[in-house]
Amino acid sequence: MKLVMDEKDVARAVRRIAHEISERNRGAGDVIVVGIHTRGIPLGDRIRQELAAIEGAEIPLGSLDIGLYRDDLASRPAPVIGRTDIPDAIEGRTVVLVDDVLYTGRTIRAALDALADIGRPARIQLAVLVDRGHRELPIRADYVGKNLPTSEKERVTVHVREIDSEEGVWIEGAL
Amino acid sequence: MSRTTFRNGTVLTAAGPVTADVEVAAGTIVAIGKAGSGGDEVREIDCGGLWVGPGFVDIHTHLREPGHEYKEDTESASRVAAAGGYTSVVAMPNTDPVIDSGHLVRYTIERGREVGLVEVASAGCVTAGRAGEKLAHLDDLWAAGVRLFTDDGDVVADAGLLRRAMDYLAQLGGVLAQHAIDPGLARGGHMHEGPVASGLGMYAIPSAAETVVVARDIELVRLTGCNYHVQHISAAPTVELVAAAKREGLPVTAEVTPHHLAFTDGDVQATDPAFKMMPPLRSAADRAALVAGLQSGVIDAVATDHAPHADHEKDVPFEHAPNGVIGLEWAAAVVNDRVGLDPVRFFEAMSVKPAAIARIANQGHWLATGAPANITAFDPKGVTDVRQSRSKSRNAPYFGRRYAGAVKYTMYAGAMTHEESGVLV
Amino acid sequence: MRHLLTTQDLDRDQLTMLLDTADGMVSLLERDIAKAPTLRGKTVATMFFEPSTRTKLSFDKAAKALSADVMSFTASSSSLTKGESLKDTVLTVQALGVDLMVVRHGATGAPLRVAEWVDVPVVNAGDGAHQHPTQALLDSLTLRQHFGTLDGVKIGIVGDIRHSRVARSNVFAFSTLGADVTLIAPPTLLPVADSEWPVRTTSELDDALTGLDAVYLLRVQSERGGASVFPSLGEYRARFGLTAERFKRLKPDAVVLHPGPMIRGVEIDAVVADDPRALVLQQVTNGVAARMAVLYHLLGGEADV
Repeated sequence: MKLVMDEKDVARAVRRIAHEISERNRGAGDVIVVGIHTRGIPLGDRIRQELAAIEGAEIPLGSLDIGLYRDDLASRPAPVIGRTDIPDAIEGRTVVLVDDVLYTGRTIRAALDALADIGRPARIQLAVLVDRGHRELPIRADYVGKNLPTSEKERVTVHVREIDSEEGVWIEGAL
Repeated sequence: MSRTTFRNGTVLTAAGPVTADVEVAAGTIVAIGKAGSGGDEVREIDCGGLWVGPGFVDIHTHLREPGHEYKEDTESASRVAAAGGYTSVVAMPNTDPVIDSGHLVRYTIERGREVGLVEVASAGCVTAGRAGEKLAHLDDLWAAGVRLFTDDGDVVADAGLLRRAMDYLAQLGGVLAQHAIDPGLARGGHMHEGPVASGLGMYAIPSAAETVVVARDIELVRLTGCNYHVQHISAAPTVELVAAAKREGLPVTAEVTPHHLAFTDGDVQATDPAFKMMPPLRSAADRAALVAGLQSGVIDAVATDHAPHADHEKDVPFEHAPNGVIGLEWAAAVVNDRVGLDPVRFFEAMSVKPAAIARIANQGHWLATGAPANITAFDPKGVTDVRQSRSKSRNAPYFGRRYAGAVKYTMYAGAMTHEESGVLV
Repeated sequence: MRHLLTTQDLDRDQLTMLLDTADGMVSLLERDIAKAPTLRGKTVATMFFEPSTRTKLSFDKAAKALSADVMSFTASSSSLTKGESLKDTVLTVQALGVDLMVVRHGATGAPLRVAEWVDVPVVNAGDGAHQHPTQALLDSLTLRQHFGTLDGVKIGIVGDIRHSRVARSNVFAFSTLGADVTLIAPPTLLPVADSEWPVRTTSELDDALTGLDAVYLLRVQSERGGASVFPSLGEYRARFGLTAERFKRLKPDAVVLHPGPMIRGVEIDAVVADDPRALVLQQVTNGVAARMAVLYHLLGGEADV
């Protein structure tokens, strides 16, 4: 396993993403940050905190479990479904979806479907800590912590302190 | 006339087991000892390592003929019996119509003769129509050859009626065989009352349902002197009662089924109707008492209660399934495997005692010169792998299991009716 | 997990997984669009060989909330009355094309038999007095929502335990999840041989009452021979009913559950039934979420290769 982002790199990436969100949206007044289960939630929380510091205002955080919107239920054991909690109405707001790794794009497709069942935001943007390529759907991220060229045989592991008691991004070669 | 020699087996004689050859000619044992080389006319069967004894006798077989031939009939049951080492079976009278008169007895015996694979004897009902209300024609049944009288499938519940039947049979010399289950205690029940039934939420039948009937009946044996036989004994306290009655010298006997020796109510957990019968499989302690009772001789005989039911009757929820399992084909192996009797006690329980209880003249004789050639050769070290059945039905808990012991040869009236695999007709 | 037939089959991890997912399903049910496309294209057959309104509606709602199609079968509308066997009936329904069967039957073990005959997952929706595992899940979910955990929670199950599939399911689910279960009933309604159950038993409700965190009341089932196992409904209420007086003697934070339908004035007084600490309606809502969790996990794929 090779470390490609350490704790400081992650913190820097989160801070930069928060600034980009603020710039792009000319302030974050109507932004709701929504983390995708599991590691999108702590990452989303950190982006929200950075945004709040920039804006000097509270930014709401939601959590989204996309398990019920997956397209591969029949081909693998059904994972536990976590709670989906969106604190405010998302109608007319800017939803910034947060996930750890962007890969095939299927998770984001599912997240977009899930959001559509919750409400109709003005726009949806996507922030990811790592984009490792190999998209299977026409989806791209608006905010990327690090572009990480990989082969499909490699494995990218993101750990965050809140869940894994260590933090960083690792890449593992084909076995 | 062809001759057969069973060579070098452990031969069960009245004096005990001896290693010897058994020569058969014209339906009779003509010599036991060291046979010479018989020449071309003699069929030689190597019986090294086999127990060679009197053909098994089942005093509890449901032939299902007449009336339920889709489950079994005399021909299919005879094949099954021969394959199981049996040379005689006693037909239970709960057919349709029930066997409560002499002409149905004669029909049953005649059908057995036509098939010719085993000697079919017939039990007869105690009460007319098996209805438990008035006595059947006991003397008519007796004259037709019935010695074992039972309403099997139902208990003779009315003590007054039972007492009259026992008075009558005591005079004739017949045997009152009781399906000992108290209808009130058993009402609505499907399995043994205990932790398993409790966990399943199933209405259950306490052991006492059997014990109270036998206790009452033994009192009537004291009163009437009638021969009394407990069918398919299942509960430890009942074994105690039988033991006490025997110590007292009362004419009381008992049989146990292979399934009660092999399984317990724990096997009912998956609610497979292949484990549903009456009386139900009881606790492990009950099973242990049955095994000990059979070993000691308190329980005289093994009887199969071979009770075929069609697939569609058993492919239902446990509570809706009819009672009964088949077992003639594998009884000897199951008993050998689960009880482990020595050869003398084994043939006593499988042949000598049941023939004596049911008074079948030509069966159950320790092998001797001049005795009828009803012979079973059993390999105690063989393996019976239960995969299919010759029965018309398949309602048995034995499928997919292996039992130590195998019936190698069955000879009925001097003719080979079974050899290792396959029936000879 | 291929089928859901009894709670005895479930270990703590499996129960926890189902409850965690059920929690997620609760959040789905709270949305305006309380529906997800998860089981689109799947067909769930609800096969009720014994009448039931509540459980059937709950399974219907659960399947539809996950976008499954539902085919319903009730004994009265069936060919069973024409003599068709259970086996033929379920094989026929399977041949119509279903992905999962929900089976309720009056005979113990019937869903276990069905599970042997068909190739699709089977959910036991109640069999005889044996098991009703989704009821145990919804009850466990309700208690977990309230107490945060079942570990160490003292639960008294009161009433006709002997004839209750709800009690049998709950005893094993609650104790697997760490709760401390006491069965409270007249001797004729306690299980016959309970020595192997992970419970205590008593026939003195008044003694047990004050130590309980949760009182689980069972319906008095007059159709299962109620009259012959206790002398009268009045006597039952006097000794085993959760009356207003008894309710006052409960711990202040203790809660009351009931699987429904409640017989007010027998096992529960009306004022108790309407108290906020009676979680009966929350149980009903949770029933949908728990059943969604079961359908979702049973229709997921096999464990990874």
